[in-house]
Amino acid sequence: MAMTYAPPPTEPGHAPLTIAGRSFASRLFVGTGKYKTYNLMRESLDASNCNVVTVAVRRERLYNEQGKSLLEFIDLSRYTILPNTAGCFSAEDAVRVARLGRDILEQLGNPGADWVKLEVLGDKKTLLPDPSGTVQATRELVADGFKVLAYTSDDPIAALRIKEAGAASVMPAGSPIGSGQGVLNRSNIVLCLELLKQGDPTFPVIVDAGVGAASDCSVAMELGADGVLLNTAIAHAKDPVMMAHAMRHAVAAGRQSYLAGRIPKRLYATASSPWEGTISYIPGE
Amino acid sequence: MQVTVNSQTQSVEAGTTVRQLIERLKLGNAACAAEVNKRLVPRKSHESHQLREGDVVEIVSLVGGG
Repeated sequence: MAMTYAPPPTEPGHAPLTIAGRSFASRLFVGTGKYKTYNLMRESLDASNCNVVTVAVRRERLYNEQGKSLLEFIDLSRYTILPNTAGCFSAEDAVRVARLGRDILEQLGNPGADWVKLEVLGDKKTLLPDPSGTVQATRELVADGFKVLAYTSDDPIAALRIKEAGAASVMPAGSPIGSGQGVLNRSNIVLCLELLKQGDPTFPVIVDAGVGAASDCSVAMELGADGVLLNTAIAHAKDPVMMAHAMRHAVAAGRQSYLAGRIPKRLYATASSPWEGTISYIPGE
Repeated sequence: MQVTVNSQTQSVEAGTTVRQLIERLKLGNAACAAEVNKRLVPRKSHESHQLREGDVVEIVSLVGGG
């Protein structure tokens, strides 16, 4: 069922982002991991004004005194929960984890139940994705009724193959997960966007991973990305709530900057004040 | 009989269902999901799905993640 969050008034260019028939006013997706406390997470999510939050699926701790549950700190009526398959190194495991996540979210009645942020990793040190495993898992999950938002590298052809496998959104990384290096290869992100949106301009492409500061969000959005997904840059900032505000504005500013159309870069200066009527000596004239 | 639950060996009575196992672990009120031998046991089947000797069970919930 299509559902649209009300866009903020008066700001031009704030059309909602639509993925698999669901629309979101905010183009910033935020992870729920690595905050010092759940309360800090809740405040940061609120400050980010995001509509979608990611979560992970993990073993219940047996016999331990039950601590507070993540879900006690997430307003299920406000956020769409996007479960991930983080930590999976094979298509088989990713499909298992996706199905477990869906089963939990169906109990909660969350609209994100049949969505999955697919991660099939190739290496623990770099957390770079396994392209063939990602394509295989995308096919299997789509066949099982999932809306797949697939994390991938910034390789344009890998991104294209994942789209062809049926992904609802392809999410190239700016740089490795949690690295804070921002968008390392702008040209590759532009090529991803060009290939993924060829003949399909509304296909959603979200830059996922690598954001370190607010400016990285603006860069990704200015390149034409439809959204940004991040976690560590907020959760591990000195002041996560302040950084969440910054990310919110940076994504919105980057989007408006993209829509407004930037000037071309030039080697030489072009004066903003007229030459005509200058009373000064001008060298060379 | 013996089953493995989240990598720990447990003794349970023959005929124990997934639902009974979850309640025994005091997870009855948690938003959790279960799989047996790498296959999801949907929530609606927890009460009817009986465990067998040697089953490998995973019980999971949602945690913070990116």
